[in-house]
Amino acid sequence: MKKVKVYIDSREIEVSPNITILEAAKEAGIKIPTLCYHKDLFPSGSCGMCIVDIDGQGIKRSCITAVKDGMKIKTITPEILETRKTILELVLSSHPKDCLTCIKHGNCELQQLAEMLSVREMPYEWYDRGLPIDKNSKGIVRDMNKCIGCGRCVTVCQEVQTVKAIDFHGRGADTIVAPPLGMGMEESVCVNCGQCIVYCPVGALYEKEAIDYVWEALKDKEKEVVVQIAPAVRVTLGEEFGMKPGELVVGKIYTAMHMLGFDKVFDTNFSADLTILEEGTEFLTRLEKGGPLPLITSCSPGWIKFSETYFDELLENVSTCKSPQQMLGALIKTYYAKENKKDPSKIVSVSVMPCTAKKFEASRPEMNASGYRDVDYVLTTREIARMIREAGIDFKNLPESKPDPLLSSYTGAGTIFGATGGVMEAALRTAIEVKTGKTLPRLDFTDVRGIKGIKEATLNVDGITLKVAVAHGLSNARELLDKVKEAKKRGEVLYHFIEIMACPGGCIGGGGQPLPTDWDKKKERIEGLYNEDKSLPLRKSHENPEVKMIYEKFLGKPNSHKSHELLHTHYTKRDAYKIEKKI
Amino acid sequence: MTNYILRFLDTSDIKSYIDKDGYEGLRRTIKMSPKEVIQEIKSSGLRGRGGAGFPTGIKWESLSNEKPAYIVCNADEGEPGTFKDRLLLESAPHLVIEGLIIAGYANQAEKGYIYIRGEYPEETKIIQKAIDEAKKYKLLGKNILDSSFSFDIEVKRGGGSYVVGDETALVNSIMGKRGNPWHKPPYPTQQGLWSKPTIVNNVETLSCVSLIMQEGWEWFSKIGSFDSPGPKLYCVSGNVKKPGVYEFPMGVPLRDVINTAEVDGVLKAVQIGGTAGPIYSTKSLTLTSTTDFWSLGTPGIVYGAKPLDFNLDFASMKKIGGSLGSGAIVVMNNDAIMVDVLEVTLRFFAEESCGKCFPCRYGTRQLYHMAKNIATGQGKEEYMDIMQKTAVSMAKASLCPLGQSVIMPLKGIFENFKGEILSFIRHQKYIKRVEI
Repeated sequence: MKKVKVYIDSREIEVSPNITILEAAKEAGIKIPTLCYHKDLFPSGSCGMCIVDIDGQGIKRSCITAVKDGMKIKTITPEILETRKTILELVLSSHPKDCLTCIKHGNCELQQLAEMLSVREMPYEWYDRGLPIDKNSKGIVRDMNKCIGCGRCVTVCQEVQTVKAIDFHGRGADTIVAPPLGMGMEESVCVNCGQCIVYCPVGALYEKEAIDYVWEALKDKEKEVVVQIAPAVRVTLGEEFGMKPGELVVGKIYTAMHMLGFDKVFDTNFSADLTILEEGTEFLTRLEKGGPLPLITSCSPGWIKFSETYFDELLENVSTCKSPQQMLGALIKTYYAKENKKDPSKIVSVSVMPCTAKKFEASRPEMNASGYRDVDYVLTTREIARMIREAGIDFKNLPESKPDPLLSSYTGAGTIFGATGGVMEAALRTAIEVKTGKTLPRLDFTDVRGIKGIKEATLNVDGITLKVAVAHGLSNARELLDKVKEAKKRGEVLYHFIEIMACPGGCIGGGGQPLPTDWDKKKERIEGLYNEDKSLPLRKSHENPEVKMIYEKFLGKPNSHKSHELLHTHYTKRDAYKIEKKI
Repeated sequence: MTNYILRFLDTSDIKSYIDKDGYEGLRRTIKMSPKEVIQEIKSSGLRGRGGAGFPTGIKWESLSNEKPAYIVCNADEGEPGTFKDRLLLESAPHLVIEGLIIAGYANQAEKGYIYIRGEYPEETKIIQKAIDEAKKYKLLGKNILDSSFSFDIEVKRGGGSYVVGDETALVNSIMGKRGNPWHKPPYPTQQGLWSKPTIVNNVETLSCVSLIMQEGWEWFSKIGSFDSPGPKLYCVSGNVKKPGVYEFPMGVPLRDVINTAEVDGVLKAVQIGGTAGPIYSTKSLTLTSTTDFWSLGTPGIVYGAKPLDFNLDFASMKKIGGSLGSGAIVVMNNDAIMVDVLEVTLRFFAEESCGKCFPCRYGTRQLYHMAKNIATGQGKEEYMDIMQKTAVSMAKASLCPLGQSVIMPLKGIFENFKGEILSFIRHQKYIKRVEI
């Protein structure tokens, strides 16, 4: 495409057409301050921080104004600088002044902007909005006093996830972001995916922390505190300590967990492998018995609540397998307790997850097959980083160590659970070998890799044509499943197997992952997972030695009565909104 | 005074409208090609009566060719001191409907909407009845007047937001979305309702369209000033003996309008164009003249030797840094306390800001807070600078005209009544406010 010439701050630059002034300035290395803008999201142009002066047009927002050939743009004039500062002072005039104890302290875009623009005095009278903090949700806390109204959370909830749990209410300075009809997040259709947290520039949205409970448990001498680490955490936790996205830090995590005082350190990758055997077997059984197909994965708790709310006609298609977190939780209080002669009531099961929906999942009433809660406390990647920092551990320079045996060996198939398409690939590696009895010549199913919203692949297995699809981000899931739903009504089967991940990019883009984040970082994280997969000696779930052992010693075979009891679950149809008429 | 638009008062019954040669404009229209109709409106020089004064013919011409296209009648009359559309809706609904059908024909739209403000329930009923009547007379619906042109009108009610008077916010509201404006471009003429081309015209504009098609563009262009032809409705309220809607040719001297309505008491200030318009003091008005304009001290009557160069049309108002807006004229006499005017004005902005863009959301809140402090005797002298600075930043960085225009009344009050406000702030502790 023909490039256009623009002049930014008297510098002549050539840029491609159809980009905004903000993007053009970035290409030229000129930084225009922004507040409501996030490069992954459609700009709303609400904050007015990125204003520039265009010759002949006056002051415009650079984030929503396209470049034109010959455009002369000034990003720095005394007028613009003063306006930006005034806007920021206005925002600060109702923003709580509790930076020191705020969860976003040091990682807050508003704080950074105030520092950048050297705000020293507050000309406006500060006022307290006095809004209650919504803490009832299992995964997400909303403190609207801190909200600056940028609308990123609304955009991500409505457009990227199509959950539509929150929107703007009220007007003027009283505008708040909230679920409809005065509901709290717990009663709303919120699926706890936490993408709103990922995009919140300030501390208005954050995970419901479980840190204090975990410290309490670690203090208690009577309790056996067991922790499991999710696949996606091993390539992201390093970011919290200045390491590169995608850097594999799993060995350091094991060391840190032992240092923090956890009695046993297990790996969710183990139960990811186990999930493949359970789900793969379920898939092959359904394939033989003729349905119901497609089988849809069930590892992503955000997706599960979404399906219960919006796709209840497809609930029978969702795999009955619990997620790896819940499987491991159930096994810790049964298999591990039995093997080590521990009292399950004394075991505290903690998980480290990239996810806020896992907090909700762990609290579901049906998740207590052993008679105890499968998982007691869920920590996000960010929370475990806070605990490590609090303990004064120099994470970056930690030596690597091994996890505790029994529930921690894993294959590359378990690792790639953290990336979109990973569960599908892992399942195919096992399902095809089990079905055909032959060793796969090539393990990389590249069709289902990558960050395309909806991915499809057709495979030929022993004369059977298998059609599979992968969607990540709930808007993509909705698009795909709307088609599946329509086809189902007509009695057609569009796909045999579908993987859905609630978060864009899969778990590496989860609501509990290090902030700030964007697609560039997510791509590096995904690469990190595939690199580990490639480097491992075992890359197929059914080859996992501890998985083989658990079937021999405890579960019998995949989909046995015992595994159904402990490792499988059921779903509940949810009404989108219960509106009771008040008389 | 003229009587071109207002001669159609009391024609809510279709027969009385037809008796006054109503719908003749539509009959003439459908004999012409849509292009010819747009040309006729262009030649007439009609400019939008909603506030911005954009040439209607050019707006129509700029409509994208994509189909379907929509026409919206903006009857969300929310500007304080403005009640001309209300009068037309309740007393001359067919004049509006005829204009809307003509606009539909000229722009080859298949559907029209009348977006009426929620506070006008009676007017909604009247306009709905008029639509039903027009359908019975085959003036609306399928094959209008046995031509191949079909057009339908749906009435939509607003929820009570001032910002929805902005065309982009109005389009959002019709679609059932939150009534927030969006940043233009894209203009509604390119991407409006359901991303299809949409024209939004004011009630009075469409009434003028009916007149033009009834009487011809030449007739229309001869009325009023060269730059802004046609008759115009002015809403006079405040301290006048005869408040109401007055029709004058565009460009009428302000004095004539106020004289007709008769000031009650001693004139102190005038606000033109609604709350977002500037406030003029009698002092600033006299400054433009060589002789005493206002006879201060003679209640009720305004007389002066010369009409002065203060004419009410788009170009003349722009020249003096104001805007004609919707044609609202709020008259204040010597009883008006300017700190109260300031407070009321800024409260209006704070309550009506939609809350989307930061400068307006926070700025209106802080401005009102300071104005309230001044009015309740807790003001500080530095407020005046801070308020000025805030409003200037808002004018530069707000997304829509609401936040951009706060500076207008604020500047008017600060420039013309600086002494009054400063002395109020300085001596507030000695002033005992009596609540009436």
